[in-house]
Amino acid sequence: MEFDHLLRSLEATSFATAIREGNSLFPWLEGLHVLADTLVIGTIAIVDLRLMGLASRDRSITRLTAEVLPCTWAAFAVAAITGLLLFSSRAFDYAHNPFLRAKFVFMALAGANMLVFHLLGSRDVDAWGAPEQSTPLRARIAGAASLLLWIGVAVCGRWIGFTLARG
Amino acid sequence: MPSLHQFCAWLDSTPASVTIKTIGWIVPTVQTIHILSIAAVMSAVLMIDLRLIGILGRDQLIARVSRRFGPVIWWTLPILLATGVIQIIGEPARSLENPVFRLKMALLVGALLVTLGYQIPLRRNPSYWDGRRWAAQIIAVVSLLLWVGIVFAGRWIAYTG
Repeated sequence: MEFDHLLRSLEATSFATAIREGNSLFPWLEGLHVLADTLVIGTIAIVDLRLMGLASRDRSITRLTAEVLPCTWAAFAVAAITGLLLFSSRAFDYAHNPFLRAKFVFMALAGANMLVFHLLGSRDVDAWGAPEQSTPLRARIAGAASLLLWIGVAVCGRWIGFTLARG
Repeated sequence: MPSLHQFCAWLDSTPASVTIKTIGWIVPTVQTIHILSIAAVMSAVLMIDLRLIGILGRDQLIARVSRRFGPVIWWTLPILLATGVIQIIGEPARSLENPVFRLKMALLVGALLVTLGYQIPLRRNPSYWDGRRWAAQIIAVVSLLLWVGIVFAGRWIAYTG
């Protein structure tokens, strides 16, 4: 299969080999990946809970997202790079792991949810995003969906380590 | 007096430990809850520390940011301890006899002391740190380093001991 061939050539790259065969490169990258993941999920949760009207109500949504989301994106960049490097070390096994696949489905859904809410649902945020103002139903739904999807990402992420088969 | 090694061997043979080892989904589930709790703590710590350094939200008092995110650290701690204890019972020697685990616990004590160190003065005087910028920045950097160290040590437990 063409895709499997691609995965095997990714595994054969020098950096993938170094990560796979080195003693400490993988754990260091994994530590960095987990650190970035916790910050991605945690900072997104701050925004989600604000959209749901459950936390940070004393801060306007616009101001809160302006200070939180740059942290999210920075952490996401680190998570993506370290994730790709970890993936490369055993690309074939990871690509065939059902939990890794589910993790990417959850991330894609979370991204779609964010995009739809950003483009359509939050245009009039100035009308309902002030401190102590209650948020509309669509904001609560978008926040709750995001929270659940990212919890799904974390669940799948942890399960990969317990289910990775050698192929 | 029984040694730590003997204690671990005894704990390892208790019905609780056997149950945790036998039922496959317990450890991954507990670890997932542990990591999600760390996500909550790390993000709260990041928001407070970036405000202490002066990078974020300078239009609001440090006390207000600390009041918003500080409780997350303390409310999540019992969940972290409970899920941590379950993992210890499941594999006592892997943690209790592991130097990286001990390092993680030492870093945790340090991080909690630093957290108390900036929260307690704020209770008496909400603008305490706003007048002590250098001290606030140093305490924030120390806090960040300690918490990042905790995350790395946590992951390294799986590879040592």
